Amino acid sequence: MPKKKIATIIALCLVGALILSACSGREKQGEKQNVSGTIIAAGSTAMQPLVEEAANQFMAKNPGIQVQVQGGGSGTGLKLVSDGTVQIGNSDVPAEDKLDKEKAKELIPHKVCVVGFAVIVNPAVKVDNLTKDQLIGIFTGKITNWKEVGGDDLKIVVINRPAGSGTRATFTKYALDGREETQGMALTQDSSGTVKKAVADTPGAISYIALSYVDSSVKVVKLDGVEPSKENIVEGKYPVWSYEYMYTKGEAAGVVKTFIDYMLGDEVKPIIEKLGYIPIGDMKVTR
Amino acid sequence: MKPKMMDKLGSFFAFFCALLSVLITIFILVFIFFKGIRTFTVDKISIFHFLFSANWNMENQNGQAGALAFLLGSISVSLLALLLSLPLSLGLSVFTAEISRKIGENFLQPVVEMFAGIPSVVYGWMGLSILVPIIRKSFGGTGFSLLAGGIVLGIMIFPTITSISVDTLKALPRDLREASLALGATRWQTIKHVLLPAALPGILTGVVLGLARAFGEALAVQMVIGNSVRIPDSLINPVHTLTSILTMEMGNTTWGTLWNDALWSIALLLLMISLFFIGLIRFFAKRRVFR
Repeated sequence: MPKKKIATIIALCLVGALILSACSGREKQGEKQNVSGTIIAAGSTAMQPLVEEAANQFMAKNPGIQVQVQGGGSGTGLKLVSDGTVQIGNSDVPAEDKLDKEKAKELIPHKVCVVGFAVIVNPAVKVDNLTKDQLIGIFTGKITNWKEVGGDDLKIVVINRPAGSGTRATFTKYALDGREETQGMALTQDSSGTVKKAVADTPGAISYIALSYVDSSVKVVKLDGVEPSKENIVEGKYPVWSYEYMYTKGEAAGVVKTFIDYMLGDEVKPIIEKLGYIPIGDMKVTR
Repeated sequence: MKPKMMDKLGSFFAFFCALLSVLITIFILVFIFFKGIRTFTVDKISIFHFLFSANWNMENQNGQAGALAFLLGSISVSLLALLLSLPLSLGLSVFTAEISRKIGENFLQPVVEMFAGIPSVVYGWMGLSILVPIIRKSFGGTGFSLLAGGIVLGIMIFPTITSISVDTLKALPRDLREASLALGATRWQTIKHVLLPAALPGILTGVVLGLARAFGEALAVQMVIGNSVRIPDSLINPVHTLTSILTMEMGNTTWGTLWNDALWSIALLLLMISLFFIGLIRFFAKRRVFR
C-alpha cells in the first residue's frame, strides 16, 4: 500500500530528525567544553561592517572562537548586553544616553574607533560652506530657501535620520548644539544608504551621513569653513564626530576579552582606516 | 507498523500541530497586550492622548506619545491604495472570469501571480527610484509623499483583490448566468445586475484582505512616503504610518523605557486593527450565498 509506505517514510524522517537534533545538541555542548565557544556582538549598524570584517579576520586566526555579528541598532545592542543576551553591545552613543543610570553603570565601554559625520547636500546646490547658525536655522526650519544662505532660489529639503538614531544624536549634539527640528518638517530616511540616495536625487536636499558612507553622488559642505577630513577631526578642528563603543557587562573576560583586545590592537587598524573610520590612537583630542 | 498505530500517531501529530498553532497565537496576543498597555499603566499616558494627539516627541524627558499622525497616515495611505487598485482589480477579474477565460487563465492570471510574488523591498526600491522622481516632477513637492505610498501599495494589493474576486466570480453557479441570459439580459446587464451583486461578499473579503495587507506593509511604504510626523493634509506631502514608525525607531530604543513602551502600544494598535479586519472577513464569509 503506497499510503502505508508514505506514512512509514514520514515516521522514519521524524525519528531521524529527532536523532540528528539530539546529536547536534551534544556536539555543541562538547565544543563549549573543549575550546571557548561563541561570542555574539550586536547593535549599531554604523559599526557593523567594521566588526564583521574584523571578526572574520579574528576567526581565521583563532579557529576555536566563533564571533557572530548582528545589527539591530545601538539601543538594541545596549539592551541585549545589559540583559546578558549577548556578550558585546555595539553602540554609537554612550550607554548613559540610552539606559537607566543603574543599568548603564554595569556596562564597561571599550572605545574602538572614531567616526566623523559630514553635512551633505544635493550636488546641484551651489553652497559650499555653512556656519553653525545657518545649519541650526536650516534644521530647525527657520531658513527654508537656499538663497538665504547664499545659494540659488531653491527650497531646502531637510532629510533627517529617525529619532533615537546614534548618527542623529551625534549630529544634533555637536553640529546643532542640541537644537531639534520642528516636528513634521523634515523627511526621514532610515539608513545611511537611503539618506544618500534621497539627497542625491532630491533637488535642494540636505542631510548628514558618516564619512565612511560619503561618495561622489553627494556634495560635502564645509562647516564654519572647516572641511570634515580625517586631519581636521584628529586635530579637533571639526566637531561632528563620535566614538564607536563596544560595551561589555562587567569587565571583559575569557574569549570576549581576547576579541576586544584584538579589536583595539594594531591588527584591526588597517580595517578601520580602509572603511573610513579613524583609529583611537590617532586622535589628538578626547571627549 | 500496524495501520491502527499509524492512525493514532497521525492523529496525535495533527492534534499537536493544531494545539501548537493555537498556543503560539495566544502567547503572541497576550505578550503584545501586556507590553502594549504599559504605556498607559506604568508610564501613565492617557489612552485619549495616545489616540487623539499627534504630538510624538520621545527624545525629551517628558515624552509625548501621541500616535494620531501615524494612525491617520496608515488609514489614508491604505484607503488611497484601495481606491487606486479596486477598479483595476474588478475590471481584471470580470475580464478573466466572464469575458475571456482563455486569455485570463493562460495569460492574465500568471501575470497577477507574478505581481504577488515580487518582494516588497523591490516595490519600495522601484518606488524610490522611479515613482518618487516622477511625482516630484509632475506634482511638485519632494516626491516622498502619501501619493507615492498609495500607488506602491495599490500595486501590491491588487493581486490579492483580483485573485479572490476571480475565484468568487468563477464559483458562481452556471444557473445564474443562464437564467439571466434567458430573460434576455445582455452580457453587461448580467455582469452588472446579477453576477457582481452575487459575488459581492467574496469581493468584499478580497477588499478587506487587501486593506489588511496595505495596513501591515512596512518596508515598501517606509521607503517612499517620507516619514514626517504630521497629520496627512495633502497628497504630495510626506506622512508617517504605524508600521514605518515601528521599523524606524524600534532599534534605537531600549526595553522598558517610555519610548519602547509607546512603540509596543503602536504594535498593539496594529494588532487590534488586523483582528478587526479578520472579524470583518469572517462576517463577510458568513454572508456568502454561493460557494
